[in-house]
Amino acid sequence: MDAAQALTDLTEISSQIEAAIVLDAEGSTLASTLDEQRGPEFAQVVQELLAAVRRASGNEGGELAQAEIATGEGSVFLVRDEQRTIAATTGPEPTVGLVFYDLKSCLRSFVEEKPKPKPRPRRTKKDEEAGASA
Amino acid sequence: MRRPVPRRKVVTGIVLVAGSVAGAVAFRRRAARRRDRVDVYFEDGSMVTLGDGSPEASAVLPLARRALETARS
Repeated sequence: MDAAQALTDLTEISSQIEAAIVLDAEGSTLASTLDEQRGPEFAQVVQELLAAVRRASGNEGGELAQAEIATGEGSVFLVRDEQRTIAATTGPEPTVGLVFYDLKSCLRSFVEEKPKPKPRPRRTKKDEEAGASA
Repeated sequence: MRRPVPRRKVVTGIVLVAGSVAGAVAFRRRAARRRDRVDVYFEDGSMVTLGDGSPEASAVLPLARRALETARS
């Protein structure tokens, strides 16, 4: 599934999520629910936020996996995997566990489907006999 | 004929209303302060909460407000 489709599904499933963006490891935007005007600014703020959270937490327990930044106006959620980061905004006092679950599911859905291996040609009885006689 | 309300009762009523309003405002402010926090979860399963007022959180919370503002503008 591509990133844009995954975000569309996410906002349909989770009524708490107001806006969301997916960034790759280099910080480039893969998909966003925001328009072309607000998207780049939002991506920039999310990258700054991610860096600030890393600095503030001091990396005590290793690599950052997820974070919730809660304010009176709403919350910002960050969830990472090896290749991507997804960020989402919600209203005040969201159902934290549910939002994290939806964001992780969304990230997992990006995993590219592996191409199916080509079917090996079936050996016929004739081939087997030829192999046995050789 | 209606008797006038004693001044003492009026003052008591005003004090009660003012006290309730002040209490509600203080409660809302405190509740809002409690909401401001940063919860960070690490890959090893550990978690740290940075409360409002801590220097670490004060570097993060304004950026989160900016992100919310950008998303809603």
